Amino acid sequence: MSLHPDYQGQYEYKWNDLPFMRLSGLEPLVVTPELNFVNVGERTNVTGSRKFLRLIKEELFDEALSIARDQVENGAQVIDINMDEGMIDGVSSMTKFLNLIAAEPDIARVPIMIDSSKWEIIEAGLKCVQGKSIVNSISLKGGEEEFIEQAKKIKRFGAATIVMAFDEVGQADTYERRIEIVERSYSILTGPKVNFSPQDIIFDLNVFPVATGIEEHRKNAIDFIQATRWVRENLPGAHVSGGVSNVSFSFRGNNPVREAMHSAFLYHAIKEGMDMGIVNPAMLEVYDDIPKDLLEKVEDVLLDRKDDATEKLLEFAETVVETAKEKKTDTKWREESVAKRLEHSLVKGITDYIDEDVEEARLSHEKPLHVIEGPLMDGMNVVGDLFGSGKMFLPQVVKSARVMKKAVAYLLPFLEDEKEEGSSAGKILLATVKGDVHDIGKNIVGVVLGCNGYEIIDIGVMVPPDKIIEAAIEHNVDIIGLSGLITPSLDEMITVAKEMEKSGMNIPLLIGGATTSKIHTAVKIEEHYKGGQTVYVLDASRSVTVASNLLGKEKNEYIKDIQSEYSRMREHHKKRRASKEKVSWKKAKANRQKTEWNQYEVKTPNFIGVKLFDDISLEEIKKYIDWTPFFQTWDLHGRYPNILEDKIVGKEAKKLLIDALKMLDDIIAEKWICNKAVVGIWPANSVEEDIEVYTNESRNEVAEKFFTIRQQQKKKEGLPNHSLVDFIAPKESGVKDYIGGFVVTAGIGIEKHIERFESDHDDYNSIMLKALADRCAEAFTELMHEKVRKEIWGYAAEENFENEDLIKESYKGIRPAPGYPACPDHLEKPTLFKLLNAEELTGVSLTESMAMYPTASVSGWYFAHPDSKYFGIGKIEKDQVEDYAQRKGETIEYIEKWLGPILNY
Amino acid sequence: MVKPKIKDILKKRILVLDGAMGSLIQTYKLEEEDFRGERFKNHSHPLKGNNDLLAIVRPDVLKEIHAQYLEAGADILETNTFSGTTIAQADYALEEAVYDINFHSARVAKEIADEYTLKTPNKPRYVAGAIGPTNRTLSISPDVNDPGFRAITWDEMVTAYKEQTSALIDGGVDILLVETIFDTLNAKACLYAIDEIFEEKNIDLPIMVSGTITDASGRTLSGQTAEAFLTSVSHLNLLSVGFNCALGAKMMKPYLEVISKNTEFYVSAHPNAGLPNEFGEYDETPEDMSSQIKEYLENNIINIIGGCCGTTPEHIKEMVILSEKYKPRKIQEQ
Repeated sequence: MSLHPDYQGQYEYKWNDLPFMRLSGLEPLVVTPELNFVNVGERTNVTGSRKFLRLIKEELFDEALSIARDQVENGAQVIDINMDEGMIDGVSSMTKFLNLIAAEPDIARVPIMIDSSKWEIIEAGLKCVQGKSIVNSISLKGGEEEFIEQAKKIKRFGAATIVMAFDEVGQADTYERRIEIVERSYSILTGPKVNFSPQDIIFDLNVFPVATGIEEHRKNAIDFIQATRWVRENLPGAHVSGGVSNVSFSFRGNNPVREAMHSAFLYHAIKEGMDMGIVNPAMLEVYDDIPKDLLEKVEDVLLDRKDDATEKLLEFAETVVETAKEKKTDTKWREESVAKRLEHSLVKGITDYIDEDVEEARLSHEKPLHVIEGPLMDGMNVVGDLFGSGKMFLPQVVKSARVMKKAVAYLLPFLEDEKEEGSSAGKILLATVKGDVHDIGKNIVGVVLGCNGYEIIDIGVMVPPDKIIEAAIEHNVDIIGLSGLITPSLDEMITVAKEMEKSGMNIPLLIGGATTSKIHTAVKIEEHYKGGQTVYVLDASRSVTVASNLLGKEKNEYIKDIQSEYSRMREHHKKRRASKEKVSWKKAKANRQKTEWNQYEVKTPNFIGVKLFDDISLEEIKKYIDWTPFFQTWDLHGRYPNILEDKIVGKEAKKLLIDALKMLDDIIAEKWICNKAVVGIWPANSVEEDIEVYTNESRNEVAEKFFTIRQQQKKKEGLPNHSLVDFIAPKESGVKDYIGGFVVTAGIGIEKHIERFESDHDDYNSIMLKALADRCAEAFTELMHEKVRKEIWGYAAEENFENEDLIKESYKGIRPAPGYPACPDHLEKPTLFKLLNAEELTGVSLTESMAMYPTASVSGWYFAHPDSKYFGIGKIEKDQVEDYAQRKGETIEYIEKWLGPILNY
Repeated sequence: MVKPKIKDILKKRILVLDGAMGSLIQTYKLEEEDFRGERFKNHSHPLKGNNDLLAIVRPDVLKEIHAQYLEAGADILETNTFSGTTIAQADYALEEAVYDINFHSARVAKEIADEYTLKTPNKPRYVAGAIGPTNRTLSISPDVNDPGFRAITWDEMVTAYKEQTSALIDGGVDILLVETIFDTLNAKACLYAIDEIFEEKNIDLPIMVSGTITDASGRTLSGQTAEAFLTSVSHLNLLSVGFNCALGAKMMKPYLEVISKNTEFYVSAHPNAGLPNEFGEYDETPEDMSSQIKEYLENNIINIIGGCCGTTPEHIKEMVILSEKYKPRKIQEQ
């Protein structure tokens, strides 16, 4: 259910074509949809914090800095800084404070939000921040001219900006006014006068108080929430933010109600697309922990669900005040079981009782490890679930993590004592990857493995790949375990896997941590590291089984099982992914490449019909050889002719070329192989998705039909779904168009020479001969294509290319082959062969699987249209296959068999 | 001279930037009177070592060095203007010479580049106006006891950069190259200045931005990671982003990979010839360097390659030969 009548369900990010908003302090912050919500610390604001104001006034900057530091440590992803107070000099305070922050890496790592209603303070702030910050805020309040000028400057300073829903008339206080102002602001900003990046625009839609008793304020929250949804649905890339604490203004002094209101408001606004907000983490209740009766009344008010909602909440609030006072000494939860108490401490972030509770739990468990694996992990799972469902916010989770750390620290000495002395079950290196500082999970894994007799080499957090590999080699470890909590760590793990592969390692790689998953490991990591097995480890407790399996006697079976499981997952993923981007057959057909046929002058071919060329000498063909693939056959990589000078392979390449040229001379002198080409050019037109080839220029009788396949993946705006048929004029256009076809071979008679070498066990010359025949066939094809363009068809009589240009396919028109990416159906070959009478004329035949024999042969079509180009079909859908089968007069099963590799279902 | 747009050429091949200037100037063993010339005969401060002055007093030296790099196959020359701001020239009390330094440096480079473009029209040569970081920092206090102190203001920095940029453009550079950025805020002031000049002059030249990762910490001197640096300078439509100086090619690679992965601009690198030895000299031979740069090319992370401290025309020649064998990194058409 959406709270906005025009939209359904929870908001889903839809502007995937735009880049994400990228911010930075000393470190980057990329605002991806997965971040869900960016929380901006609000304590360093003189208008919001009396303490901060006092510190600034009295120039106690050290203490003021510690407020900023606390916020970052408590999970603020951006910090808002505001110096708008009549008694202080805004410009100099802003400058001073930002300069001081620049010297504090643990604060400066996050982006800064420069908050002021005075432009000169904003500008002063922008002059002090090296990262990409956020301006808070500009608006149409002072008119368009000022708005444009300020926006241009912000862009020049390289910042993102918050735009208030405020215009010349005043601040937007209804749904309609919000839409009107943001739409206008957005179009000015993204228009030619400013050219602001849309993803760098954040709208502050004005959070106003509810339950004020004034009738007009009833819809304040719901209007904000609905406008949020509208912005996210209609203004590409733009974000929505707001100062959350305003909503509960009427309940000043009643923190339980305020906290409940903030959480409930955020819970709903985030679902409708709010993705940034100024939040005081200390004033947030966990959504699920709001007493049901209070929550209902709060939501009645926020969502304007009942006429008497305000009265009811006010009434109820009075009772809450009392319990709130009690709450301070509320120790009821202390009477519950120790497991419940630990869970409570973890969820609420309370460290006061952790030592005594953990001690109690330790005494009642057989081993200290069981306390971690049992009640503590259970508690963290509750935290994880609440966070995952948007009912807890990052600052709260960070607090939970601290409680966990403290609990583990308490248990550590006991765990050490338990460790068996002496024999080691194996050495395991653990590291949190580069860019990530989270180490709780890694530490737990280390402890758990350590207790099970493994020797742990823990090299800490933020470890770059080369350090990991270095340490692994230095300590001669048996397994490497990587940990990470944040999403960028996923990429970093891929990098580590790649580097391990590069340095030739062969030990297992374990992947673990909050954002990692089995599917990611299977799809993205495993295949980059072939040396050893990569295994995803769900949690600390599994790490022991995994490690013992990997190092034990049955390791081969275990690895086989893992590999087959991962490869199944990859297959499944690939299918699902591909199917996501398809379009219907009907849509694909409609999105064809458009050509103005009436403006296209077809060159009438100089020759129409079929012609055999069996007198072109290999000497002539030799000039057209592209040698680069020849070297690839021999696993020598590099472009010809540069490859001959290559430091490493140059010498080998030169030798090879000398041998090749020598053999080529023998081939030519002793006529080892015979080369032939048959070329046909026929009148043709397209009819829907087929190309009709006519017996003669009257175009009355269809000789054969070619059936084409069309791309069916979803294309970017303005890009067509290609098919070869689009390069031939449609019958109804009245344009007399043509198509060509060819079969070229340079392999006739090759067998007996291959046999000769093979009976001599001379693999070198046997491979050399095959490779040369292949090159000659390709070269011959290139030569014939040029002949067709310049003489036989003659549509490019003037063209004058060097061989290098031919290799780069600089020519006009294309020569695609059936069975290759542009038309992956091998079944088109028999039709082509029939039209060309190819088997009789050239001696090339088709095998059962439609391969050409001899193999040194090439077949294909000629398309002359200047816009024709090579492309790949990719995957196609069942609806196209059904249509294709019907057109061809074949069963669907038969077609599916032949098109197997390109079916997307 | 009409040349193809450098953007179009970058689509097709890897371009090579020239190498170090200072070490080649040293081989001329210039003395105080060379630096003074006629114009600064009676100047109050010693001028030996103020290499940027050569454009005025010994343009022949610059021309010869540029020619060596062009001969080696460099596609882009950097003007000899690393310290061509009023801020940097203040050390020599030569603020008044800043316009001439930049204008004449651009001229010298342009003339010789044009000569070579005429000789090899299918390999046009370009001139990049080099803009150094100055010797002040906007993000860092020079006084350890007063971290909030700054020895220069943003506005002063912008003014200085505007003067330099304007003179380089008047001298005819094809590209502006903001380089050796150890404090991103300095670079942002420079980009701000460039953007203002572009608006005032109603022109639009390609801009290259090149930061400096100071050591294995992977950060700039002002503390940013490679990705944060990239994010902080990507607000203008740049020709390229990359790194130069401080590190050798091998050590620079992981940071170039970060840039390559996260930007839709072209990527440049002009590393040092390794790290300096105990004598402050750079030891890596052209072969050493190109074997490291080969990895850039094989991994397809680079569009513009060149050399910084310790590199010579021989180094650049190796890079030219090497880069011809590889395709440039592809960027997404916007």
